Amino acid sequence: MPSLDDLKKRITSVKSTQKITKAMKMVATAKLRKAQENAEKGRPYSERMNNIILNLSKNISDKENSSKLLVGTGREDTHLCIVLTADRGLCGGFNTNIIKKAKNYFDKLSKEGKKFKIITVGTKGYDQLKRNYKDKIIEKISFKDSKNINYFDAEKVGSLILEKFDKEEFDICTIFYNKFKNVMTQIPQQQQIIPLQSEEENDSSNEQPDDSYEFEPDEDEILSNLLPKNISTQIFKAMLENSASEQGSRMTAMDNATRNAGELVDKLSIEYNRSRQAAITKELIEIISGAESL
Amino acid sequence: MSEEFKIEIVNPESSFYVNEGIIEAVVPAYEGEMGILKDHISIISFLKPGIIKVLTKTGEENFYVEDGILEFKNNSLSILTSIIMDLKNIDKSLLSENLKKAENELEYTELNDQARFLISQKVEILKSIN
Repeated sequence: MPSLDDLKKRITSVKSTQKITKAMKMVATAKLRKAQENAEKGRPYSERMNNIILNLSKNISDKENSSKLLVGTGREDTHLCIVLTADRGLCGGFNTNIIKKAKNYFDKLSKEGKKFKIITVGTKGYDQLKRNYKDKIIEKISFKDSKNINYFDAEKVGSLILEKFDKEEFDICTIFYNKFKNVMTQIPQQQQIIPLQSEEENDSSNEQPDDSYEFEPDEDEILSNLLPKNISTQIFKAMLENSASEQGSRMTAMDNATRNAGELVDKLSIEYNRSRQAAITKELIEIISGAESL
Repeated sequence: MSEEFKIEIVNPESSFYVNEGIIEAVVPAYEGEMGILKDHISIISFLKPGIIKVLTKTGEENFYVEDGILEFKNNSLSILTSIIMDLKNIDKSLLSENLKKAENELEYTELNDQARFLISQKVEILKSIN
């Protein structure tokens, strides 16, 4: 049975933890609004980019000879996995969910006997992966210093990927990130960016494919100019979704933590009051029984 | 019938400029400047560094772009670009910084012709703005 003093100390400590989690929740809420706004603002760009590429690839006459970024190298032996996580912890299952998804994929790859390399973006991903996959991680990138997510950071990652692709260091590139659905739900995503897989392949068949475009210069040249940009765009989109997800996840986690701390304080206070009352009663009984025996 | 069409300039961070009352847009397409009027044929092209000139009823606006891609379809022109600035309130120091960087890049010998062409275009445009 803890003494009265111990209980009192624990109550104060839980209360101050509660204050911290509450403050973190507030901060996350404020940041979430901004991150969400940014994610929404960034969507038109990547959507349009997708549309144009879709239109272009439909019109391309000679599929065999078009850019390797679109059709692949013809092999699929070496995979490159970009794992995008946050730089900070204390955001619920946010980082763990991405890592779990990525690890499943790694297991699948090694079962199939394929080689894979990892690039981590964000320090938390590196921390969690270095234990098991240290020799596979070829690069770790962190944008801790940049305050806001900006396109130049994404471009850096993009050009790194392209450089490695040009040197034929890998055949297939996949990115892992969390898609922001709403504050409560973030869905870990796995998306292949090289060679490009268009998600809307099925939807587009319903559209009338007959709107013909004029291309200047020709399709191949535009496509080879556009595809590298698309890599950076996809990374940027992933980073935006990730940051909104991170804040959302942190907000929920901190909300839960605050509530739990409140419950704990209630429980401890009851215990404290009870043992105080017990001590008083005990003293009274001692006095009374002492007086009776006289 | 009105002679106007819609323009939307998008950069990765946001929609940069949207206007539905465009009479003419002049864009620096890769193979030369291109003026676009209403009912232009559907076209996809990419941009070299240069000035986008937009003519509206009320006046004209100018934007500096470094790269991008344009799509015109059903009287709606969309331009995707990663670097765009409004000429009216452009940051001169940023420009000269860009200019220096571009000039340095020109020094490299291993550039291919296309990259060299694009960068020298950039230098020219930046010089003319400054």
